[in-house]
Amino acid sequence: MATEVRRRSSRTGKLSATQEAYKKFIFRKTAFMSTILLLIILLTGVIITLGPLDITVTEAYCALLNKIFSNCFTVDDLAEQVIWNIRFPRIIGGVMAGFGFGVCGCVMQAVLKNPLASPFTLGISSGAQFGIALAAVLGVSVIGGPYLLIGNAFVFALLCSGFIIALATIKGATSETMILAGIAVNYLFTALSQLFKYFASDEQLRLMTSWGMGDLAAFTWERFPVILTVFVICVPLLMLKAWDLNIMTAGDETAKSIGVDANNVRTFIMVISSLLVATVVCFTGTIGFIGLVAPHMARMIIGGDHRFLIPASGILGAFVLISADAIGMNIIAPTIIPTGIMTSLIGVPFFIYLILKGKRREFWT
Amino acid sequence: MMIKLQAKDIVFSYNSSPILNNVNFDIPPSKLVSIVGPNGSGKSTLIKCIDRILAPQSGSILIDRKEVTKMKRMDVARNIAYVPQNSLRIFPNNVVDTVLMGRRPHLGWLSSDDDEEKVWEVLRMLGIEDLGMSNFNELSGGQQQKALLARALVQEADVLLLDEPTSNLDIWHQLDVMNIIRNLVNKKVITALMAVHDLNLASRYSDRMIMMKKGKIVAAGEPSYVLTPENIKSVYNVEAAVRRQSETPYIIPLKQVAMGRKG
Ligand SMILES: Nc1ncnc2c1ncn2[C@@H]1O[C@H](COP(=O)(O)OP(=O)(O)OP(=O)(O)O)[C@@H](O)[C@H]1O
Ligand SMILES: [Mg+2]
Repeated sequence: MATEVRRRSSRTGKLSATQEAYKKFIFRKTAFMSTILLLIILLTGVIITLGPLDITVTEAYCALLNKIFSNCFTVDDLAEQVIWNIRFPRIIGGVMAGFGFGVCGCVMQAVLKNPLASPFTLGISSGAQFGIALAAVLGVSVIGGPYLLIGNAFVFALLCSGFIIALATIKGATSETMILAGIAVNYLFTALSQLFKYFASDEQLRLMTSWGMGDLAAFTWERFPVILTVFVICVPLLMLKAWDLNIMTAGDETAKSIGVDANNVRTFIMVISSLLVATVVCFTGTIGFIGLVAPHMARMIIGGDHRFLIPASGILGAFVLISADAIGMNIIAPTIIPTGIMTSLIGVPFFIYLILKGKRREFWT
Repeated sequence: MMIKLQAKDIVFSYNSSPILNNVNFDIPPSKLVSIVGPNGSGKSTLIKCIDRILAPQSGSILIDRKEVTKMKRMDVARNIAYVPQNSLRIFPNNVVDTVLMGRRPHLGWLSSDDDEEKVWEVLRMLGIEDLGMSNFNELSGGQQQKALLARALVQEADVLLLDEPTSNLDIWHQLDVMNIIRNLVNKKVITALMAVHDLNLASRYSDRMIMMKKGKIVAAGEPSYVLTPENIKSVYNVEAAVRRQSETPYIIPLKQVAMGRKG
């Protein structure tokens, strides 16, 4: 407060129109994020009520609060079971996946300086898919059960990005090299997966396909601690670099002149976000669209400051993902449309609408 | 004599052919020095070497007698600010946020009110405060140039490197920007090194000029010493008349001299 007073009195006494506009802009960004967060919480309650067993919104929130404040509400036991073990985990899984993809898409677009970059630019999804194919054809049930799948997906996803990061670091880490290498690796691993598919049995084929579509049904409470740990470590690390990311969008030379070592930051961001994406991908499959689009939506609404853009991309990603998933689960119930498919079916038209509606030529402005 | 910025035997090449050939100079504090020379003579390259955006193959750059190549990048940024010749931006940002980037060497994760006030002050000084909320990409070339200058100024480094800061400005804004820079130099806030094509502007505002050709310094010293018909002819292949207007030389290009296009 004291500094506020001093600052105002030292000048003409009041803020100029542009300064006011800037303050309002910052307020708008915070307001936007809070609104979406609130919507996610509301949506959670609504989504829980959807499904074969009738549950009211009140029951939904009571059941969830019971877990925190140890049974201060009375909720039907069966309902509580269903909420806590079936419907809520799926939402949490969706929120985490959407948040992870959104955040990673955002930081990767910044360091690669390319609006087409997404968490899968580095071949992460095709790597993971190949890992699954390998596990499926080598026999899942023989060794280690379903964890072989996840482990394989994770290892191969990281292998891909690791290879590209290493290549780019040795060759000087320009963003163009990384994108080109990523696309090349994508083709390679897609070809390898298809080769495996070609020789796979029907059962193995079904496994590969269902995983490739991306499905939140795979998310259970046992997996929660692992993902949460990775999130708690990685997301703050990415947020810490928000300033440097702002600066890097102005080009490597400018970044260096302002004291940011562009190559180091790029490598750091790629390592951390690959880790994050690989973790999410191996639990949920590929829901790639969110990572490409959530950052663009966020940028259209709140502008390019990564201190706000990173969390906003995540929150928006989570919101779009759980909305799409809710529709996919219920639109032709009891058949459930896999999350990845539904996200694209709903997200793409919405995104096209945003592009067409915007007056600017560069769609991400 | 005090020396603020010193270059010793700088050699640089992008690939095999040398672009800078043993460049030497020293600049006393609080002076405005211009680098002039034909296209491709290595002015931008030299400026980038000084700011360690490029690493010279040999030679050293000293600022206050400290070796720039041995400093942390953030420390370099606290000592040297750089206004690029052009800036490419992929994603949108408004002008305030673009300029605020220049505060990076001085701040933690949060920008304080003081940082923001600094930004507004510089925007006001450059007369572009009302552009604050505009998208940087949608500014005119000259407005962008002023915003880039603003970003370098909020960096509060005492050496300012400018790569053709007036190339997109109309004559009113050219004088405006040059007066601002000259003023900061006169008030002993900064030492400025500026690459520029407009010899008359350079002559009028600089304390010293450095004339380059093919990566070598051909002449250096006061404008009246550097701007001679002979120098201009040998460096630019242009015949020029040199006149004087209130003590500063200015040149009138007369005609091209057949350029030796051998290699
Ligand atoms: N990134 C690069 N890779 C290879 N060669 C380069 C690169 N940048 C510049 N050059 C070469 O270095 C030489 C000097 O370029 P520089 O940009 O320093 O010239 P300049 O004096 O600033 O010219 P101008 O007046 O046109 O700005 C030119 O011959 C140019 O072709
Ligand atoms: Mg140049």
